[in-house]
Amino acid sequence: MPPRLIARLDIKGPNLIKGVQMEGLRVMGDPYDFARRYYEAGVDELLYVDIVASLYGRSKLTEVVARTARDVFVPMTVGGGIRSIDDVTALLRAGADKVAVNTAAVANPDLISQVAKRFGNQCMVLSIEAKAQAPGKWEVYTETGRERSGMDVVDWVQRGIDLGAGEVLVTSIDHEGMRKGYDIGLIAAVAAVAEVPVIASGGYGRTGDLAAALTAGADAVAVADALHYGRTTLAQLRAELGGAA
Amino acid sequence: MKVVVIDYGMGNLFSVRRALEVSGASDIEVTADPSRLAVADRVVLPGVGAFVDGMAGLNAGGFVAAIHAYVAHERPLLGICLGMQMLMDDSEEYGLTAGLGLIPGRVRAMARVGLCGARRKLPSIGWAGLRPGVSGWQGSVLADLAPGQPMYFLHSFHAEPAQAQHLLADYHYDGVPVTAAVRRGNVTGTQFHPEKSGPAGLSIVQAFLVG
Repeated sequence: MPPRLIARLDIKGPNLIKGVQMEGLRVMGDPYDFARRYYEAGVDELLYVDIVASLYGRSKLTEVVARTARDVFVPMTVGGGIRSIDDVTALLRAGADKVAVNTAAVANPDLISQVAKRFGNQCMVLSIEAKAQAPGKWEVYTETGRERSGMDVVDWVQRGIDLGAGEVLVTSIDHEGMRKGYDIGLIAAVAAVAEVPVIASGGYGRTGDLAAALTAGADAVAVADALHYGRTTLAQLRAELGGAA
Repeated sequence: MKVVVIDYGMGNLFSVRRALEVSGASDIEVTADPSRLAVADRVVLPGVGAFVDGMAGLNAGGFVAAIHAYVAHERPLLGICLGMQMLMDDSEEYGLTAGLGLIPGRVRAMARVGLCGARRKLPSIGWAGLRPGVSGWQGSVLADLAPGQPMYFLHSFHAEPAQAQHLLADYHYDGVPVTAAVRRGNVTGTQFHPEKSGPAGLSIVQAFLVG
């Protein structure tokens, strides 16, 4: 499959926000406006993540997803605060195609199997927030980068896929919002063990970063603030991907 | 024109409904009542999930006989993703399960081995260009598309029509052909999601309503 270009929209309540290393949140505007603009510019997929939902145990994301799905006809992956099959059902009925699960999957790995069995493994995206511990070692974090899990990222990727995850979204906490490129070592370590597609997220800064992520083994790349702030365009990113594929 | 979308608990019904609306359908009914198929001019069978659950849903909802009766009256049916796979005779996902049997053939797991023996990733996720089957796609919902038009795929199983003329389109995944669309008379199925494939996907929905 050709590499996919994904626009990542982090949500807090009704707003698109952008943080740095998952902190220092800044409100960007109405996520619908951004999503629609990216759709019209030819984005391959959208990724919505409610970054405070897991803290409070509930998500208002369904409304944002449904509003977007009215006018946006590309796939949407949605994450943040998903804890049950009912949560997944509600999001899919609102127009989501895949769900990304992090905190609840760590707390209850069986949820991965339940979602995969009910909706197919193509629907179950294992979302991993990773923080470097030592050269070649990354730890899984939950609660939007706030809580340590004690688990090794590569071990968790393998286990998650065995349980039924059909895709892995790997976000580097260290690189998120830093504009210095993706964590290439992390992506390579994950891609080496993943027999499912891998989405690289966190750190896009400049031309060449997408190619580096793909070379490391990513099947898709997520770009957030570089698009939201207009530092780049989907056309420019597409050209970069075309040159790399 | 009345468009009926079958609700058996397995689909992204909102996106399908919106795709129909923006494609010009004015009378859309999303229903779990199989008797509504009797008054339909178009029927859409969406679906996401496991084949066995999908067929269980259609059976429990009383839809199997209603779908056969609808199709026997030469009215157009569009199956999407799992809805397309259920048009076939059976599937080997989680053991062998009988399908609707509207198009001869079986649903199988896609091979993990790609061109030249290289391992490939599954599920197959992304945008891939459609290639016409042996009979071309004139007169089908794809008629207005140029060969190579990308559509969005998200699947690990695919249909294998027993007869080549029922393969409407395929795509290449790491050099191996994968079924993208099937057609037999008034019954059409797309493995890809036209409701998630941008303006080109919506043009397929429009063609289904007009054709």
